[in-house]
Amino acid sequence: MSSMITRVKQKQIAQLIAKGKRLDGRGLTDYREIKVEQGIIERAEGSARVLLGRTEVMVGTKIETGQPFSDTPNEGVLTVNAELVPLASSTFEAGPPDENSIELARIVDRGIRESKAINLEKLCIEPGKKVFVVFVDVYVLNHDGNLIDASALAAMAALLNTKMPNYEIEEGEVKIKSGYTPLPIRRHPITVTFAKINDKLVVDSWLEEEHIMDARLTMAIDDDGDICAIQKGGSGYFTPKQVLEAAKIAIEKADEIRKKLEW
Amino acid sequence: MSQKPEKLIDKKGLRLDGRKPDELRSIKIDVGVLSNADGSAYIEQGKNKILAAVFGPKELHPKHLALPDRMVLRGRYHMAPFSVQERKSPAPSRREIELSKVIREALEPSIFLEYYPRTGIDVFVEVLQADGSTRCASITAASLAIADAGIPMRDLVVACSAGKIEDTIVLDLMDTEDKMGTADVPVALMPNLNAITLLQMDGTLTLEEFENAVNLALEGCKKIYALQKEVLRGKYVSAKEVEE
Repeated sequence: MSSMITRVKQKQIAQLIAKGKRLDGRGLTDYREIKVEQGIIERAEGSARVLLGRTEVMVGTKIETGQPFSDTPNEGVLTVNAELVPLASSTFEAGPPDENSIELARIVDRGIRESKAINLEKLCIEPGKKVFVVFVDVYVLNHDGNLIDASALAAMAALLNTKMPNYEIEEGEVKIKSGYTPLPIRRHPITVTFAKINDKLVVDSWLEEEHIMDARLTMAIDDDGDICAIQKGGSGYFTPKQVLEAAKIAIEKADEIRKKLEW
Repeated sequence: MSQKPEKLIDKKGLRLDGRKPDELRSIKIDVGVLSNADGSAYIEQGKNKILAAVFGPKELHPKHLALPDRMVLRGRYHMAPFSVQERKSPAPSRREIELSKVIREALEPSIFLEYYPRTGIDVFVEVLQADGSTRCASITAASLAIADAGIPMRDLVVACSAGKIEDTIVLDLMDTEDKMGTADVPVALMPNLNAITLLQMDGTLTLEEFENAVNLALEGCKKIYALQKEVLRGKYVSAKEVEE
């Protein structure tokens, strides 16, 4: 699987991290350069592309009308889906979503849902019968590590760019009128993902770091600096001390990113 | 549907089922409950009823999945259609696929996978009745089933949830508390190694509340761990008596 050169490189990455350094010159808690572009797909109700170093993720949103869930009759519906399309990496295969893409979609979903980022009550058309359904489709275009943070950023950027169709109800039927209003967004969750390498916590790992990480920890932080979703992944473990250290770093980093993006 | 309660904690500070905030539900565990499996366990935690079974180490099918340097652990978390209020389709949902993954990853660090190269083990979890924190009870049972199968382990894995309901941090959430509460934090631990192997969270907590919730969940884990060991020891003590 891994050639001789990458084995040597992997060893070097791990040894550097033990000393608090990284192969690409970053500190352990530094992000790569983040670039966000919005409104790039005209057919979509909202869209965004995020570049995190060489990792590239596009998100498009679509809005349709549909039925609410029976336990939340007054709320619109949020649906997040992720596609790891084969052009993004030689390790991705075409086909139905596997556990990795399902997990990715569910982490992105959890951050948005649990922070109550979208005011779903404003998406209700007729309680119990008709609501707006917001489809968030995450499309990974180039995989160079930390797909979770790139996808979560792209999803929020696309939602902030999303326009809802204006409508009126005529004889019980929903009539779409001309013009649009922005989607009611009230929170801006930011996820921060850690890789544990050589017993150290590293933020925003690139692909070769991910190959050697023992475990992964993602925390979503809301506008108040509170934690609103967590997911541990990978077959390693964290000590309780590392978990709390990660939470503190995540809160700082999220604040930094939110200020940079002016969210 | 059962009616939604107005309050999750009463004036005396007790929860819907009369528990104190830091109290676990009653737990009953059995090991070696299925004769066909190499290892098995059954857990009842409150109204949760969950079976776990282990098959292996055995030859892996399909063969291309086998790894030259270690055993492959596969996990499946599945809910019976009758385990919840409204019938659940037996086809695996996205939630079940995600939980299968995180449960597998919670168990993996506990097993000496490198002892059995080119083989695989399957861990199957069936939730027969669900009442909140099923992933935690599933991990507790699955780890016992692995131990029951005689597979070398670094430690047992035990899991417990904590969360926030009505401004109080509570232990071991049941379904209504999970649905109506503010946050749910499931945690899995290898107590002897002080290693957290599963950590998730839904809902909103401040840093301080999160720290309290994790610590409370870890305390819960340690209590269940004592029970796990007692049950496992109990099985082998009684087995010895039969032999004599």
